[in-house]
Amino acid sequence: MICPIGPVDRLLLHQLARRITARCGLLCRVSSTKLDNPRYAYNETRRQYDSKTILHCLKQRSKEKGEWVLGVTSVDLYVPILKFVFGLAEVEGRCALISLHRLRPEFYDAPPQDALLLERMEKTALHELGHALGLTHCRDRRCVMYSSTHIEHTDQKGPEFCPSCGELFKWRVRKQKERGD
Amino acid sequence: MSRKPRILVVDDEAPMRESLKDWLTEDGYEVGLAASGEEAIALAKERSWDVILLDLKMPGMDGLETLRRLKDEDVNTDAEILMMTAYGTIETAVQAMKEGAFDYLLKPFDPDEVEMEIKRIVSHRELVLENLLLRQKLEERAEFDEIIGRSEPMQKVFDLIQRVAPTDSTVLITGESGTGKELVAKAIHANSPRCYMPFIAVSCGALPESILESELFGYEKGAFTGADRTKRGRFELAHGGTLFLDEIGDISLKTQVDLLRVLQEKEITRLGGQETIKVDVRILAATNRDLKRAIQENRFREDLYYRLNVITIHVPPLRHRKEDIPLLVEAFIRKYSLEMNREPARVSPSAMKLLMEYDWPGNVRELENVIERAMVIGKGREITPEDLPFSPRDAAGVEMPKSLRAVEKMHIERILEETQWNISQAARVLEIDRQTLYNKMKRYGIAKRG
Repeated sequence: MICPIGPVDRLLLHQLARRITARCGLLCRVSSTKLDNPRYAYNETRRQYDSKTILHCLKQRSKEKGEWVLGVTSVDLYVPILKFVFGLAEVEGRCALISLHRLRPEFYDAPPQDALLLERMEKTALHELGHALGLTHCRDRRCVMYSSTHIEHTDQKGPEFCPSCGELFKWRVRKQKERGD
Repeated sequence: MSRKPRILVVDDEAPMRESLKDWLTEDGYEVGLAASGEEAIALAKERSWDVILLDLKMPGMDGLETLRRLKDEDVNTDAEILMMTAYGTIETAVQAMKEGAFDYLLKPFDPDEVEMEIKRIVSHRELVLENLLLRQKLEERAEFDEIIGRSEPMQKVFDLIQRVAPTDSTVLITGESGTGKELVAKAIHANSPRCYMPFIAVSCGALPESILESELFGYEKGAFTGADRTKRGRFELAHGGTLFLDEIGDISLKTQVDLLRVLQEKEITRLGGQETIKVDVRILAATNRDLKRAIQENRFREDLYYRLNVITIHVPPLRHRKEDIPLLVEAFIRKYSLEMNREPARVSPSAMKLLMEYDWPGNVRELENVIERAMVIGKGREITPEDLPFSPRDAAGVEMPKSLRAVEKMHIERILEETQWNISQAARVLEIDRQTLYNKMKRYGIAKRG
């Protein structure tokens, strides 16, 4: 379930859901309700939002609804030790969160491009879902699990998992299904 | 490094610790957490870490003091320490680097920066570890049954082996007979990524051209009279591994052409076959001949020489590394005492002097044979000059005659001297009958002097 947090273009979310479904065979829908702008996670000093606090809220929601949750927000996210993050996942959990803030071409003084933004959203979402399924960063630069610490890394890699990560992803999904999650 | 690299995060602020842990876990590292300097020291004593991320500003024992304690004799961690600091404390971070920290990072980190810094440390440590393991492997071999030698020329050989082993380069191993060229080839293979695949040796000089050809390339059933089944050649058998071509200087020009083709195309065709077979083989070649001279004399193809001679390892003759003799003697005594189920023998000082003075034209192989012989014929627990097959005269550098006839004459004279001209006893030592000894004495004009 894709869950918008604050104002996010719903059309983009539906396109993202379709791509995730097609890419990894998981039925992905967009939640009809949206969560409020996460003011509770705002850090005055950094003028950013604490991703872990938001993820914590998503965990509650996931528990209540009994389903996987991918939060999508437009705010800029951070974790205390890093300057920013594109997204965050509960490793071997059932929640992930991505931010569109630094995925938008406008952030890098480029003209807006929905296609590029969607591509980056897909890669970041699959990457965080991979983490949620227990996958770690991959050394293959083409694999979606390759670490992105720069937007260039995100653009350079593909939306596919390398054969090893893909196999592991499928295996983990199969295991989750067997457990009835 | 087959295990996950281990990182210890030391920070008194829980959100910093936790977020760093999450980030590093996603990167595939094993992460430990410590909330204080004391806790970090306890964890560093408990287990080894690859990297310690240490916050500079902590209540109680601060980062600088923790760094000193981690580096002192009590803990003596070999982990690389990365200091974490805020803008206001850069000067202290620089001080920390002077005291042995690897680098410092400004909080909050740029994700790119921390990832690259840690990867840099981990890959550096992997390289150090790899070298260490390689060196240890070689040292183990030096100590047991393989290449033995602590002399400078042999250390150079070891270094070269270490450097060329991980590559796929063709290596030409040169050196006199008996210097241990095959052992060098085996060491290269054993320390290469191909070590779990076959090491196949072919003694090219020992085989006639036609047999060498079928040995190397194999043959199809019916390829020639007597080929009643298909046989795979050594190239195919060595697929994925290493093929050692010994005495390469002795192969015919036709075989040289065939060999050159395989080296260029990386495929073979069995004798009488049509199908080309891809082979992935690393070639190591050895020779005791002067190949450059053979090229000048048109006995060896220049193009093949340059294909084979990508890297040369020259194994020095034993006379150029005499300081290794005691070590070699000890190793061979250990080897043969185990084989013979005997107590290891000692070498008397006078016998060792002879061994050190001898010129060793047959190199290590000759030394090994001499020790084996001495242990077979020697009665006591000590190897004495009497157990050695050469007299002090040889050892002192009196040149041995070249012809077999002259060597035989000299040897008979020596044995007669040793047995005080007792013909029966001398014949027994020489393992011939008395009549044969008389005949030889007559032929060589040997008579008791004085």
